[in-house]
Amino acid sequence: MNVLYFAWVRERIGLPREEIETEAATVADLVTELCGREDRYAAAFADLSALRVAVDQTLSDFDAPLVGVREVAFFPPMTGG
Amino acid sequence: MDVRVQEAAFDLGAESAGFAARCTTSGAVVTFTGIVRDVADGLEAMEIEHYPGMTEAALRDIATEACNRWTLEDALVIHRHGRLAPGEMIMMVATAAPHRKDAFEAAEYLMDYLKSRAPFWKREMTRAGAAWVAAKDTDEDALTRW
Repeated sequence: MNVLYFAWVRERIGLPREEIETEAATVADLVTELCGREDRYAAAFADLSALRVAVDQTLSDFDAPLVGVREVAFFPPMTGG
Repeated sequence: MDVRVQEAAFDLGAESAGFAARCTTSGAVVTFTGIVRDVADGLEAMEIEHYPGMTEAALRDIATEACNRWTLEDALVIHRHGRLAPGEMIMMVATAAPHRKDAFEAAEYLMDYLKSRAPFWKREMTRAGAAWVAAKDTDEDALTRW
């Protein structure tokens, strides 16, 4: 699964994207798995209310299932316009 | 419907005139332009990051929804990314409709949604350093009126 990070999430984790082998059932499970890996993930995911997630390029929720999903992206609330 | 995400500057006059010329059955064309404004600390540049692929899809979805909700002949969205200097144009929307109410409301809808539902992130570079622009609660609240 491709996992992408944008804006300050990218800066805290230290890379824009990575390929992750995971059995996580939901986005929240994936976050828990990543936080267990290294402190930089725990720092980036410390406050989930400050984060948004897109599953296969569609805005989604942290309880979204990951079955068949190819791409998950984490980022702060958007500031376009 | 025309949605463009680009690093290059756009010509507001030419885009507006071209859009209006293509909309031959509309009595009203509304355009909005967003410009990088200077801030108290002295803005040197604004960097706009985006999510290639999702950005274009999200903007198309927002524009499609606007076309479903209002009677529009056409809609145009141009949004830049990359490094912009104060005074540069960030983005524009244009809507064309038989009557002005639809054109104005659809343009406001496009702006409200692309501010908080299209994957762009602004970073301000000032003399004091660089900082990500935080999303405002008022931007999220603005969506509830639609």
